[in-house]
Amino acid sequence: MEARVSPEQTLNVALPKGRLGEKVYGLFAQAGFPCPSILESSRKLIFENPEAGVRYFWVKPSDVAIYVARGAADIGVAGKDILLEYRPEVYELMDLGIGKCRMAVAAPVGFRENPERPLRVATKFSRIARDYYGGMGRDIEIIHLNGSIEIAPILGLSDVIVDIVETGTTLRENHLEVREEIVPISARLIANKSGFKFKRAAVERLMAGLEGREQ
Amino acid sequence: MEINEAVLEEKERTGFLLRELFHRHGFSRYRMGKFEEYDLYSRNKDFLMSDGVITFTDTGGRLMALKPDVTLSMVKNLRDCGEGLQKLYYHENVYRVSAGADGFREETQVGVECMGRVDGKVISEVLRMAAESLATLSPSYVLEISHLDLLSALVDGVALDDGMRKSILACAGEKNLHGISEICRAAGLHPGAEEGLLALLGTYGPPRAILPTIRQIAAANGCAEAAQSLSQSVAGFMGTEAEEKIWIDFSATGDLKYYNGIAFKGFLWGIPDPVLSGGQYDALMRRMRRKDRAIGFAVFLNRLDRLTEKGEK
Repeated sequence: MEARVSPEQTLNVALPKGRLGEKVYGLFAQAGFPCPSILESSRKLIFENPEAGVRYFWVKPSDVAIYVARGAADIGVAGKDILLEYRPEVYELMDLGIGKCRMAVAAPVGFRENPERPLRVATKFSRIARDYYGGMGRDIEIIHLNGSIEIAPILGLSDVIVDIVETGTTLRENHLEVREEIVPISARLIANKSGFKFKRAAVERLMAGLEGREQ
Repeated sequence: MEINEAVLEEKERTGFLLRELFHRHGFSRYRMGKFEEYDLYSRNKDFLMSDGVITFTDTGGRLMALKPDVTLSMVKNLRDCGEGLQKLYYHENVYRVSAGADGFREETQVGVECMGRVDGKVISEVLRMAAESLATLSPSYVLEISHLDLLSALVDGVALDDGMRKSILACAGEKNLHGISEICRAAGLHPGAEEGLLALLGTYGPPRAILPTIRQIAAANGCAEAAQSLSQSVAGFMGTEAEEKIWIDFSATGDLKYYNGIAFKGFLWGIPDPVLSGGQYDALMRRMRRKDRAIGFAVFLNRLDRLTEKGEK
């Protein structure tokens, strides 16, 4: 029988709920941190495998960085969009190369910008939009929305949107097009700065497994 | 009359224990008022731990601030002592926006500042005191130490301008090595240009294990002196109980406008944020027209609440 890892050394992992989280779990399990009970369908949110020294939590994707920064999880997987928007005090250890998409500016097809007035930008990502246009010296007015961003220019609420674009289908169906790409996005392995120091061996073992290195 | 310890809050008890430690090392208490002219902070905004300062107009019409920081006031109010050394400690409340707090909070910090002839011996003593402070709080601690002159030399080797330098330093603080490579590629640098910097940031852990590698990297990049200074600063820990709790880690960064040389942070098991932060700040002294060299650290007593919570459980 395998020895159980002490609770102090158990790696607490915040996984983003949804398809991306399931894919990430697959990678972590292959890297030596399996927890088969997570695959059983149930409404549970916390799963533990003491033999492998790991405890997984399913959390809302945008909350992963909060769990990690506040130390409730030692590590987690968050999109680069969340890290750029909220700037949590965490280590960004790896680009996992999955969940790839891009942060982009989109506007109605044929939109012509009027440089004589501030550009109205609808977005969930206010900081990213402000930093992007600030870097160009462009005056903007931010309209912060929490969802259905695509309809803002159609209804005249904004001139453009700043949002995540995966395939571009939603944009096309709403007669919008990408005008500028701001930054490529993908899933990142993040760690709490303090937790990393006290659970270094486990985090490094996971990283080695993810990179396909033996440790 | 003796004080019954039961009447002390944990934060007060810890504050007194640390003050006793500083006193034992020959440091004297420095007292200060709660207010300072706002101008001091507006000129040194990046030095502050958080944005936002509580301001008010005093009876003389001056714009004042409730202190968000202790070090700036001490640098402003003390005089140079040349070849001498001022060894001071403080126990003060500051007012700042805390991470996670919705608005301003009053925070208590104790700390030490050395100003004057800060040489290798003084730096070693301050590092030893930082480790002793952490040991006073919990047996499970890590004192993370870096050398900003070495880090900045390697960053300057690849950064083409101030913006790029700032972005690379931010990535260094996040151990975001892939981010540094992306920045270098976007700037058109040839693949591998950042190799030395990545090697430095990827080498961390107890000094005995990693100093030889750090010396090699430093020598290959013309910074042998900085590596030597780092080795000397941690030499006092070798062979002691604290040795395994000391980490050399170049992700302990700081704003290079203010900090230089040795920088360090202290972590306790179970507390997500550093509870101690310090380093040399000769660059800040020069900005404020002071000739002395300086080093210090602060312990953030509010962050120790989690230790008490664990006891409650």
